[in-house]
Amino acid sequence: MSTLNPALEHAHDHGHGDHHELTFVQKYIFSTDHKIIGIQFLITTLLMLLVGGALALGVRWQLAFPWQSMPILGQFFYGAQGGQIAPETYTMLFTMHATVMIFLVIIPVLAGAFGNFLIPLMIGADDMAFPTLNMLSYWFMWPAIFFFFLSFVFGGGQAGWTSYPVLSAVVEAAPGSGHAQTCWLMGVTFVGVSSMMGSVNYMTTIINMRAPGMTLFRMPLTIWAMFITAILQAFALPVLTAAGFMLLTDRTLGTTFFVPSGLVINNSDPTVGGGQPLLWQHLFWFYSHPAVYIMLLPAMGMTSDMLACMSRKPIFGYKPMVLSMATIAGLGFIVWGHHMFTSGMNPALGMTFMISTMMIALPSAVKVFNWIGTIWGGRITFNTVTLNCVAFVSMFLIGGLSGIYMAAVPVDIYFHDTYMIVAHFHYVLFGATLFGVFGAIQFWYPKMFGRLMSEKLGKIHFFLTFLGFNGAFFPMHLLGMAGFPRRYADPYVHPYLEHLVPVNQFITISAIVMGSAQILLLFNFCYSYFCGEKIGRNPWGGNGLEWFAPSPPGHGNFDVLPVVYRGPYEYSSPLVTDRDYLMQTDYLPPPDSESKDETDEQKT
Amino acid sequence: MRVFWCLVFLAVPILAVLSCIYAEDYGLWFPGEAETLLGKQIDDLFYMINIIVTVTFIGSNAGLCYVIWRASGKQEEGGKAWFCHGVHSLEVIWSIVPACILMFISLYQLDVWMQFRVRTNYPTEAAAKPVAEVTARQFEWRIRYPAPGKDLQLQPQPDDLYTVNDLHVPVNQPVMIQLRTIDVQHSFFVPDLRVKQDAIPGQVIPIWFNVLHNGEYDLTCAELCGWGHYKMRGRVVAEPVEDFQAYLVKLQAEQSYDGVANEDSPELAQSGEE
Repeated sequence: MSTLNPALEHAHDHGHGDHHELTFVQKYIFSTDHKIIGIQFLITTLLMLLVGGALALGVRWQLAFPWQSMPILGQFFYGAQGGQIAPETYTMLFTMHATVMIFLVIIPVLAGAFGNFLIPLMIGADDMAFPTLNMLSYWFMWPAIFFFFLSFVFGGGQAGWTSYPVLSAVVEAAPGSGHAQTCWLMGVTFVGVSSMMGSVNYMTTIINMRAPGMTLFRMPLTIWAMFITAILQAFALPVLTAAGFMLLTDRTLGTTFFVPSGLVINNSDPTVGGGQPLLWQHLFWFYSHPAVYIMLLPAMGMTSDMLACMSRKPIFGYKPMVLSMATIAGLGFIVWGHHMFTSGMNPALGMTFMISTMMIALPSAVKVFNWIGTIWGGRITFNTVTLNCVAFVSMFLIGGLSGIYMAAVPVDIYFHDTYMIVAHFHYVLFGATLFGVFGAIQFWYPKMFGRLMSEKLGKIHFFLTFLGFNGAFFPMHLLGMAGFPRRYADPYVHPYLEHLVPVNQFITISAIVMGSAQILLLFNFCYSYFCGEKIGRNPWGGNGLEWFAPSPPGHGNFDVLPVVYRGPYEYSSPLVTDRDYLMQTDYLPPPDSESKDETDEQKT
Repeated sequence: MRVFWCLVFLAVPILAVLSCIYAEDYGLWFPGEAETLLGKQIDDLFYMINIIVTVTFIGSNAGLCYVIWRASGKQEEGGKAWFCHGVHSLEVIWSIVPACILMFISLYQLDVWMQFRVRTNYPTEAAAKPVAEVTARQFEWRIRYPAPGKDLQLQPQPDDLYTVNDLHVPVNQPVMIQLRTIDVQHSFFVPDLRVKQDAIPGQVIPIWFNVLHNGEYDLTCAELCGWGHYKMRGRVVAEPVEDFQAYLVKLQAEQSYDGVANEDSPELAQSGEE
């Protein structure tokens, strides 16, 4: 099946340790090795997680203690305003929080870090199909980070991460946002280029470079998820990039794609125009809704793999899992309008988007039931990986179910742009994705560095994060019920929101607990690099090909070319008696009849 | 530790449900009864979804907590995990049942949406005579009424009446307003009335509602419109139709008062006019 298999030649090249002489820079900085690139992505995104978290705490400070000067940090950052967060600073804070978290943390940590690290290892390839392109995809993150940082220096994006025109298109609409918004758009473009390079690479690698015997339906769900995500990115991203350029020319060259005529903004001259602001919303969400699944599917895949391994049990319903991911991706392209129910688009569109949005809850539900089914009858110990995975399922349940309220158009009339929405997407993006990522770091860390991460620190980190997370985000549902709108620098000028100050203070304290807990994660990450317990190839008793490679794998990944005989989920198989896992590479010679049974089993 | 972690995951649904039950006591529920007919229907739809979601939520969490409790006990009991790749009939059941429920929810919602937004379902009288035009602007609501006895025109008339952040409408009858914006995107949000509609630059968007009781309702902006987004505070005043007419007459008198007609207050000018 795999016509292109460089693993063969390279296995020979590197089998006996005769590496090319690589300089430090070639090996660790401008590296074309997918593992190094993956780890580069991981470390970058973890640092960016701290930046994004700090921005969020700024937002939370203002909501809990409006206009009070921030202790210590306030004087440092906002000395000119007496340590207060000015309303435009507040707008910048939440804009940059979302930007950093979405474009520099979640998308790159899933596709960039784990996609890069796991794809070749899990399919039995020696590297990505296009190693140089892969390196570029990492290094294109840096211009993006640079531009976002520059945008920050110039005063920050002032239009939210959704950047709706006319606010984002006409400079007068947000005083001081001149260069900031332009830099922000440049940053988004570079992130897009980076993701695009990654996505082309992943698709090619997964299609062409699978090890002998690794048929499509023997691929781990992580690989399926990465594959589907790559397709989503490849088809959705060009739309955002195009829209971004249109907005950029609106800002800089005087085009009016998104600006209708006759607007008088901040007493400036009436605009010439002929553009349509709704066009941006359609183009933006045409990318950004699939992007929600880009931010979720890989975590779903990884959690499936980890849950199966931790439950010592085959994944429940492998094919339904694959199908439901494919359905999510397919439907993901036709639900973008649910972000625009109150926008004044044709109401008939509202109805169709409601039906497609409701239907996308179905594959999500199937996945949740299958995860529960996977644990059912399993044999788990509560280590950090299990805890994070169970938290993933538990939090995704809340995030998924709260989506149903918003999918219903009439009910969404009330909930649109209130904190209900904020609660919903944080439950999905943090509650599901980030817990999945925390689990994945713990799970694949031994493969990355050859050492286990500290269980004790991992559990404390998990507990504090879980506690802080729920304390911070569950009450937001209730704020949404009370009609608390998003993106208000001082909601309490409205009498009907005055009584919500204590709740916001509670949320802020929980957020601080959650934010501080992340320092533990970083500490654990660094500490275990030097002091973690050294382990062999397969610390978790996993079945996948990555556990067949040495820890950490050398250049070229495998010392022996892997040949795949079965799917990745044969845990507790009755075919072997001395252990509860049966690796994809384990060759079982017994009679023909038995091996036939085995292939039959895989089909069901 | 096994008991502890199972309790942690069990605490999630318990605390979630409890906090929703007691939320109302702390003002963390709808800001009040819906004050419009459609708003009441929206609330009913919300409660319908709420029942379905709560049952699913409790059921799934019960399942999750049960399986992690059982699976984490396996270690002590000994023996291997259950070697099972899935149960086909279960997959069929848990695909078809949610599909039907979701389809039911979405079809059940259509009616209210059609009433609220589809042009042919607008109340005819209100649609023929919009009460006012609301123009959003950074960072206020400008309201334009037609002069008493006249109809609102798309183009401003010389005798139109203007106010800021103060929208008066007659109570107990469907009223329509024309929503537009002069600069960036805004959103007309009256939480008590369960009305929300974005104001899109370059478009005039009609919204209708039927306020059930006299009163003042908070009007806020729900779409990020710049640094002062939070302070677009206005109010919607619902009053009996006579009071509304009187209000318009008073506005007209105030607006056309030239300072010489009568040295006293505008009220006198108004009575003179009558």
